[in-house]
Amino acid sequence: MASMTKADIGGMLARQGILIAFAVFIIGFTIANDRFLSPDNVMGVIRSSAILGVMALGVTFVVISGNLDLSVGSMMSFSTIVVLDLHDKIGPFLAIPAMFAMTLCLGAFIGFLVGYLKLNSLIVTLGMLSAIHGLTLTYSGGQNMDIADKEGTWFGVFGQGSALGIPVPILIFLALAALLGIILAKTAFGRKVYAVGGNGTAATFSGIKRARIVFLCYIMSSACVAVAGLIQASRSMGSQNTVGQGLELDVLAAVILGGASLLGGSGTIFKTVIGVLILGFIQNGLLLLGLQFYVQNVVTWVIIILAVWLDIAAKRGKLWSNIA
Amino acid sequence: MTDHIPALRLEGIVKTFPGVRALDGVALSVMPGEVHALMGENGAGKSTLMKVLGGIYQPDEGQIIVSEVPTVMTSPLQAKSKGIVFIHQELSLAEELTVAENIYLGELPRRSFGRVDWTMLYAQTDAILKKLKVGFNAKTIVGDLSIANQQMVEIARALTVDAKAVIFDEPTASLTDAEKVVLFDVISDLQAQGVGIIYISHRMEEIFKITDRISVLRDGSYRGTLNTRDTTEEEVTQLMIGRALDLTRNESHHTLGDVALEVRGLSCGDLFKDVSFEVRRGEVLGFYGLVGAGRTEIAETLFGLRDPDGGVILLDGEEVRVTSPADAISKGISLVPEDRKGQGLVLGMNCRDNMTLPQVGNLSSGPFVAPGAETAIFDKYKEKLDIRTPGWKQTVGNLSGGNQQKIVIGKWLSMNPKVLIVDEPTRGIDVGSKSEIHTLIRELAAQGYAVIVVSSEMPEVLHVSDRIVAMFSGRVMRTFTSDEVTEESLIQAISGIAPTQKVA
Repeated sequence: MASMTKADIGGMLARQGILIAFAVFIIGFTIANDRFLSPDNVMGVIRSSAILGVMALGVTFVVISGNLDLSVGSMMSFSTIVVLDLHDKIGPFLAIPAMFAMTLCLGAFIGFLVGYLKLNSLIVTLGMLSAIHGLTLTYSGGQNMDIADKEGTWFGVFGQGSALGIPVPILIFLALAALLGIILAKTAFGRKVYAVGGNGTAATFSGIKRARIVFLCYIMSSACVAVAGLIQASRSMGSQNTVGQGLELDVLAAVILGGASLLGGSGTIFKTVIGVLILGFIQNGLLLLGLQFYVQNVVTWVIIILAVWLDIAAKRGKLWSNIA
Repeated sequence: MTDHIPALRLEGIVKTFPGVRALDGVALSVMPGEVHALMGENGAGKSTLMKVLGGIYQPDEGQIIVSEVPTVMTSPLQAKSKGIVFIHQELSLAEELTVAENIYLGELPRRSFGRVDWTMLYAQTDAILKKLKVGFNAKTIVGDLSIANQQMVEIARALTVDAKAVIFDEPTASLTDAEKVVLFDVISDLQAQGVGIIYISHRMEEIFKITDRISVLRDGSYRGTLNTRDTTEEEVTQLMIGRALDLTRNESHHTLGDVALEVRGLSCGDLFKDVSFEVRRGEVLGFYGLVGAGRTEIAETLFGLRDPDGGVILLDGEEVRVTSPADAISKGISLVPEDRKGQGLVLGMNCRDNMTLPQVGNLSSGPFVAPGAETAIFDKYKEKLDIRTPGWKQTVGNLSGGNQQKIVIGKWLSMNPKVLIVDEPTRGIDVGSKSEIHTLIRELAAQGYAVIVVSSEMPEVLHVSDRIVAMFSGRVMRTFTSDEVTEESLIQAISGIAPTQKVA
């Protein structure tokens, strides 16, 4: 009892640690550049975070269920390339569902390997990161994909449109966050995801079909990737094969920043949204400071390490310990 | 012993955490060559006291005195260097390494250039093992040893220093009766060498068998020390919980209903063979046997976790095949598993959600889980089972063992099962909650549930069961009724001494 209280305090401190660091960044950026908190810039940050955010929503399910998904970046490239290619071949009405079906198949394959065959998710999805990249290149023949008639299609609405003055990518992100947030928090499926990630054996002993839940989490993740790919394709109307490269780490950073434990069993959609925004604002702030784009990679890594450290610190109630 | 100086003395130890006075002026003194029991319910402060002794917590007041020298403990390792050694309930061994490497982990004997002196290592280790009279040697891989032998490795580790006091924390929790005998021999050897021993356990039988004195903690305060010879179980229990405990044999004879579950000739590989029994509504059927006799495996097979390779299972007279836990649950077979924390509960989840986990899919209004229905179920069983928790939002990991077990039992009762299997109902549970769980099991039978209880504790089996299945090495040796069973005949049956007898 007493020690739990201590851990709770540690947990609170750890979570505040991220928020404090975030606040320091925000104040620093605002002082350094008065554009940082302007409405335009804020909207811009949220808008540019939307694709990452949509992917992070799906990965939140996977992480809470106690697994990882490192394949989302290259899977997003795949979705983008496929939908752009099919757009000109069969038209957007058919291209979109066809792309969703193909992306879900990839998710189902990963879900089968991790859920039913019980293979390690790190290995499976790391391998899929590379395999799907190869698949994409095979599909495209290594060529960039472009929509021929960019003016004559309504396809741009997902990435470029806006409603009520709000860009459509933001609306999609928020609507999807609301939907998935409710699924995770309010449905039996959501509860089972927490149980499987919290203690998979106990979940099995409670009659939960663990493999099925893990499988469905990867389906959720791939569905989110398909949405992200759709937004990406629609925004640019053309794409390289590597458009999603490296996003898997940003996505994971956002999910962990939000406070989901890599050990599974904890985290929420709301927290992930917060994590996405924190990451978005920090990366944007660094750009405004005039730092090179690739410095972001380093900073993202530092943020992941910081978040993981605080996550562990929260569990043991102090920042440093001789005992693991 | 009065002219000796105590090996270890704790004086006026006070430790407070925000909102809790975990230890309130606790005193304890262990003489060289004495086995001193430390007893108290879960939450009484035993663990906190040991953490203070091991330097994990610093006391707010009071001092630790080793052989009349006041000592400040800063870590378990430093405590060990002062001659205070802990043998923990949960083993902390590197399973891939050899016995010798484990024993001298962190202090392996060295030759030049930091090379390990293997000859010396094995010689030293074998010398210690010889003292313990164990059946393995320095080069054995720890992972290949039984739990009992792994515990011996822990003890051997303690013997590498000149121990003044050794603290055993629930050492027999996972030992079989035969293994206990070996442990007690080792303890009495240590005793003969003048080591003071603190023995923490819930098991009265052992306490009265091996200890000299008993100190009792309750709610963080010291309640007194009794000479084991001059006291009784009742007196100790009363000191611990403030009331007497009922552990007599079950003599209730209410009428039994129909056969709920019948098993004929069930076999599963080498685990168990040709097992037959039946359990009726209103009956508690006990399964007693040594660890490895196949009891848990039978329970797991009935619950769909293992595939039998022969035999039939009949529920209400109809033959069924149980393919998975989900399938078992839908057919009305429930299992309260042996490993409460590993298999029974999602510790990070709250009480209510744990309890409703198996039926969360059925508690929906539209697509959503109905929180009202869940809370209603929790409240009903909180009341019925007297679960002590501030509320349903409490994380299960924060509850005591007894209350955790009641959550698991409540989880299944709320599903209204045909057969309730309870594997080791009171493992690691304090003495007060133990008796509550026993009463609960009897009540469930009286309400018409068919209950199977698997237990390694004879008093428990005798106390709760209407009939007892004695198992040895995967086979049913004999089925006793509560009228005919004696402790002797039961022990003979589970040791494979008595001739096999068919179930009547």
